[in-house]
Amino acid sequence: MRTFGWPEFLFIVEAAKWTLALSAIAFVGGVVLGLLVALARTAEHRGAQFAATGFIQVFQGTPLLLQLFLIFFGFPVLGLDINPWVAAGIALTLNTAAFLAEIWRGCIQAVPGGQREASLALNLSYVDRMRFVILPQAFKIALPPTVGYLVQVIKGTSLAAIIGFAEVTRAGQIINNATFQPLHVFTTVAAVYFVICWPLSLLAARMEKRRAAALAR
Amino acid sequence: MNYQFQFDAVFAAWPLLLKGTWITVQLSLTATVLGLVVAVLGAWGKTSGPAWLRVLIQAYIELIRNTPFLVQLFFFFFALPVFGLRWSPYQAALTAMVVNLGAYATEIIRAGIESIPKGQIEAGRALNLKGWEIFRFVILKPALKAIYPALTSQFILLMLTSAVVSVISADDLTSVAATLQSQTFRSFEIYIVVTAIYLGLALAFSALFKLVHRQFLNYPDKR
Repeated sequence: MRTFGWPEFLFIVEAAKWTLALSAIAFVGGVVLGLLVALARTAEHRGAQFAATGFIQVFQGTPLLLQLFLIFFGFPVLGLDINPWVAAGIALTLNTAAFLAEIWRGCIQAVPGGQREASLALNLSYVDRMRFVILPQAFKIALPPTVGYLVQVIKGTSLAAIIGFAEVTRAGQIINNATFQPLHVFTTVAAVYFVICWPLSLLAARMEKRRAAALAR
Repeated sequence: MNYQFQFDAVFAAWPLLLKGTWITVQLSLTATVLGLVVAVLGAWGKTSGPAWLRVLIQAYIELIRNTPFLVQLFFFFFALPVFGLRWSPYQAALTAMVVNLGAYATEIIRAGIESIPKGQIEAGRALNLKGWEIFRFVILKPALKAIYPALTSQFILLMLTSAVVSVISADDLTSVAATLQSQTFRSFEIYIVVTAIYLGLALAFSALFKLVHRQFLNYPDKR
């Protein structure tokens, strides 16, 4: 039987690159889709609002694990081949988009109404109004909670282990099955996540403090 | 696409699904009650405890908030028995959920406590209330009202996260789905139904919490 040594430790740590890659895909995809949903959610068009609210409600109201299962088991039913990479990427992107959209909705609505009225008075088009007036101001408010949410995305990628995607948690399971030293294994796995997430949490808290200080003035 | 959806096998198993739903709700409620006890103690320690206790509580919060729930669950289920602890998947799942919620709720309650103006506490002292009376009536009660929305959404988040405990077969709703899937091979239909149940639970609890807020917490607290 293998014992938990340096190679086993390295195997888990190296799997962090897949956790980071999956997080990056989910975050970038979530940012793009989330922005569209947030814009739809705050648009004046009733249908767009309704669709965006429904999207957010469904993805915030159901477990991420089941979203992952539905995509992983559902695609073959529709006659499409899918591997854990694609399934995890799609599920995490959709989930991230829903949560970011809800965060950003608040940020867009936090921009004072006078700004919108002023841009209407200047006869700016919708695109110009968003591009030059509303979104830049919303961006400043949105940055700290968005960085904070990135931590949730990284932690969420651990669920991909359940459908067999070989990231840090899956690597831990594999090593645990070979060594039967769960204490060493899962302490290492937890430590890898902590080393990635903690600095981001601290950064988000610092940005939040700075923003609060700037608003208090 | 020429797939025939067959929901019969899923709906035929409704007693199992109902039982799984109940266990998910039961797990979430129990974990929330116990987690809140942890959180109130934690928040008390963090706001008025000695320096070493504050560091310890902060370490607990950071550790839990910066690692995935799945890893915490594996730690409790696989790693702790190394120390001779024997427990069922249900107990391990419940413990992991309590510890997880405790960390998040400690931060929420602490924020609530810190939102209470100093003058209010001084007023309590001026009325000659004892230390615990001040904490219970002057700090905790208005603080709980202030953080009620954050706490309730944390509960719903916990209930949805609890789907993860199915990986150690803790008999919850998602575990039932996994069992049914291996018996009927109707995985897509099963997961559609189970996902819909979770959505229903989330919506129902959110409506219930709003009702409770309107009924019991809708008293004026500011002039």
